[in-house]
Amino acid sequence: MLPQTVLRHCFPFFNAATDMYTEFVPLFIMIVLSAGLALTLLKLGEILGPNRPNRVKTMTYESGMDPVGTARERYSIKFYLVAMIFIVFDVEVVFMYPWAVSFQDFLEAGAGFGVIMVMLVFIAILAIGLLYDIKKGGLEFT
Amino acid sequence: MDLSQAYDAMLGDLAGAFPLVLLAVAGLVIVVWDAFRNNDPLLPYIAGGALAIGLVFEGSQLASEQTTLFYGNIRAGGFAAFINMVLLGGTLLSVVLSVPYLRQIKHAYGEVYALMLFATVGMMALATGNSLIMLFVGLETMSVCLYILVGLVRKDEGSIESAFKYFVLGAFATGFFLYGIALLYGATGTVYLHEMQSGFAQSGATTMFWAGVGLLLVGFFFKVSAVPFHMWTPDAYQGAPTTLTGYMSTTSKAAAFTALILVLYYALPPERWTTVLAVVAVLTMVAGNVLALAQDNVKRMLAYSSIAHGGYILVGLAAGTAAGYSGALYYLLIYSIMNIGAFGVIALLEWDGKIGREQTMESLSGIGTQRPFLGLAMAVFMFSLIGFPPFGGFFGKVAVFGPAIDAGLTWLAVIGLLASVASAGYYLRVVYVFSFKSADERPAEAPATGTGFNVPFSSLAVLSLCVVLLVVVGFIPGLRDVTTHYFIDMAVAAGTL
Amino acid sequence: MELTVNWYLALSAILFSIGVMGVLFRSNAIVILLSVELMLNAVNVSIIALAQMMADSTGHILVFFVLAVAAAEAAIGLSLVIALFRTKPTVDVNEFNLLKH
Repeated sequence: MLPQTVLRHCFPFFNAATDMYTEFVPLFIMIVLSAGLALTLLKLGEILGPNRPNRVKTMTYESGMDPVGTARERYSIKFYLVAMIFIVFDVEVVFMYPWAVSFQDFLEAGAGFGVIMVMLVFIAILAIGLLYDIKKGGLEFT
Repeated sequence: MDLSQAYDAMLGDLAGAFPLVLLAVAGLVIVVWDAFRNNDPLLPYIAGGALAIGLVFEGSQLASEQTTLFYGNIRAGGFAAFINMVLLGGTLLSVVLSVPYLRQIKHAYGEVYALMLFATVGMMALATGNSLIMLFVGLETMSVCLYILVGLVRKDEGSIESAFKYFVLGAFATGFFLYGIALLYGATGTVYLHEMQSGFAQSGATTMFWAGVGLLLVGFFFKVSAVPFHMWTPDAYQGAPTTLTGYMSTTSKAAAFTALILVLYYALPPERWTTVLAVVAVLTMVAGNVLALAQDNVKRMLAYSSIAHGGYILVGLAAGTAAGYSGALYYLLIYSIMNIGAFGVIALLEWDGKIGREQTMESLSGIGTQRPFLGLAMAVFMFSLIGFPPFGGFFGKVAVFGPAIDAGLTWLAVIGLLASVASAGYYLRVVYVFSFKSADERPAEAPATGTGFNVPFSSLAVLSLCVVLLVVVGFIPGLRDVTTHYFIDMAVAAGTL
Repeated sequence: MELTVNWYLALSAILFSIGVMGVLFRSNAIVILLSVELMLNAVNVSIIALAQMMADSTGHILVFFVLAVAAAEAAIGLSLVIALFRTKPTVDVNEFNLLKH
């Protein structure tokens, strides 16, 4: 948190009644910085980089798909496979949040090692699932 | 709660839940092994070994004190050991029967054995769970694995269709089950079964409690395929690989019934539910038997017969006494043996390349003369399913109808007996077709007389074991009452006796 | 107007009923899958509201398990629909009627 005096100096319109907004000032600064950085890098790339457009490069970006053609085309079954695997692995993370939140309590009670082990076992089981998926070719796009 | 001891307490409890952990680890080993060496013929041995070790361990726990593990989430010892033995034994028999069968239908995937182990882990969690969360997780672990096993032959349109039907109705039932859990949790403020009664007395949220109980029962009735929630059963059983039908029709039913018994026993005052359970039992027995009479496909007929047997078990539950509950568990043990055996015989007699879902009864004509052992074994299973003495089925029926009569439900027991007599109609038809029809009456597409129908040694051993068990099971002293005193102990501990 | 727990329970009951209706009356396999998910998540609303009312964290844990189970069911359901689609190129469940008496 920035010191109040600095804030008051930079933003003279601040007074005691708007103190609650000062809590969010770092957030606003973050937004401005990130937007500025992104835009600057884009423009810098355009100015500094070589510019040789051709037909393929100027095409609308569609995540690697051909943007021309019917919009009702069927997706490859591979997308569904990846989506299914994603759903499963995505949701498992939900179990790590309560674990992470209560980990400090266990650490202070002196059971930190055991509780880390429990989570490692959980991750190992997930890793076995991923290993199986890779070996069976669930992630191959050919 | 003292957090510093949490890890040590958990490690200590792992030893008590040894079979659960062993099966899960063996399942993971199979998954890794299969990932590197696809469909290795060694995989069933890992599964079988783990199941056998678990079975021996539970056998040693049978006489021990009943406890709960993992902060009251799972039961172990005594009562739990008995039902775990039924589950592990049923799975072991199914694994041995499945090995040659899956090779015969050319779907000998290694994953099958991992899925069977995971499903069994779910069943054990469901059957021994003491909290609603455990019941839900166990039920779903079991169901999700069974959905895949039913749709194993995924090139076959009928098989995948049956898997999809099973999935939709199973997930539908899960929704009701979960809603029931949510309302029960809201009405009692706890998820532990043994605290439900006191929690309910404290909160007094009557409407929510009974709505929750009703929804939970609907979910359970779906899973044990009681009429009027049975419509998925024939389709799922007909389209599943035959030995796996035997597996899911017995062990999953045993697990769901055990959980239902525990919920009824702990969370619900018996006087309110006797009528509902009795009505559902009558509907299930009558509809199951009547519809089974009309079937021409043996798998579909056995599916309806399995619905009817669910009705007999519900008679024991309707009695609502310790003897009724333990009688139902005893019936589940016997039912598992005879049904796995019956599906095991049918599995050996398949030739249509569609996992037997289009084979008529006539296609099995004269098997008894061609393969006398199969004819004899099938006859034993059928007579036992009717409830003909001296086979196990008779003693099972005595164990469920007796307590019902003691509880003043004589009319229910009479309907059960009449239903059993009616069931002789379709069971004896199988025996008749097997033994007294000539092989010439088989359809033209069937393999020529004198060829086909190999009986591998492992299947022979399992079927003989089932036959022997059915002949002797009724005469093992004390087996019927093995769970009775656990119910009495639990009642004493809860202060209700 | 105060937001009591009854409002959440009512919302949950309505969502659950919509899910039940969807499973019973729609014939598109994907819509049926969506309806099943809706049923499970409607129950989640109930559980969270009740747990919040009783200031009890057990309900939250139950919701985590329900989420994981719902994901597993969605994956299985989706793969079954794909397998169905491969045997017969339609997702209309009325087209699948091989298993009859």
